[in-house]
Amino acid sequence: MPKPEILDVQGQAVHRALVRLGISGISDVRQGKHFELEVDDTVDDETLHKVAGELLANPVIEDWVVTRV
Amino acid sequence: MTRVGVITFPGTLDDGDAARAVRRAGGEPVALWHADSDLQGVAAVIVPGGFSYGDYLRAGAIASMAPIMQSVIDAARVGMPVLGICNGFQILCEAGLLPGALLRNAGLHFVCRDQRLRIETTATPWTRDFSVGDEIVVPVKNIDGRYHADAATLQRLEAENRVVFRYAGGNPNGSLNDIAGVCSEDGRVVGLMPHPEHAIDELTGPSTDGLGLFRSLLGVLAAA
Repeated sequence: MPKPEILDVQGQAVHRALVRLGISGISDVRQGKHFELEVDDTVDDETLHKVAGELLANPVIEDWVVTRV
Repeated sequence: MTRVGVITFPGTLDDGDAARAVRRAGGEPVALWHADSDLQGVAAVIVPGGFSYGDYLRAGAIASMAPIMQSVIDAARVGMPVLGICNGFQILCEAGLLPGALLRNAGLHFVCRDQRLRIETTATPWTRDFSVGDEIVVPVKNIDGRYHADAATLQRLEAENRVVFRYAGGNPNGSLNDIAGVCSEDGRVVGLMPHPEHAIDELTGPSTDGLGLFRSLLGVLAAA
């Protein structure tokens, strides 16, 4: 997700579209990315955090979380 | 003749014009391929514009991990001049050679126009022939050109005189502090979103102002 201090112009455009659709009660939209990785048991959390922080996200502008499902 | 490398990634568009600009300025362009790691003995490298890897993941993210980029990073660490233009600037930021990142333009539009830029420092090999305060006109053409860095980084860039180019006559994309281009701590690595390589010939560009960057480089290398 874009860091909170980043101006998310795409999220703002989505929000304006929601207002045009007449949907009320939504005060903000922020747009991010979601990746699904198929991993086997040999891939530990440390590796997944490295993948997230060094390739999938750019830590200059994005925050990220890793969730196993 | 001074050899200047121009990298081609899958999706690079402006390698031809970058090579032509080097040649017009009096240098010998050397084509470098993304999948190689040999810099072929070049004295400087240009990372040109385009849409490397289709901008997949983030603009410049995948290209920044190409084999040739590891060689560029190693060479830049020991002072080789590097210029990143547009997608090349994004690649240098993603590679960690330059601070900050480029975000989607504030207006969400692809902006393509002739743009005035103010030269803010001549302490780089790419701007040595200019004077501080000079204005040049070169094309800008991108959708992810909004420069961003955190407040501390921005303050440091300004304090260390590392903003190299600033938008003049209107900010096209919402870049912080009207920043169009920045440089590394040693000034040798420069990145900018607008395209000096498209402004070297009155026939095809808005000016010949862009040639100044390539002449500066060749002058610096000849004097070295």
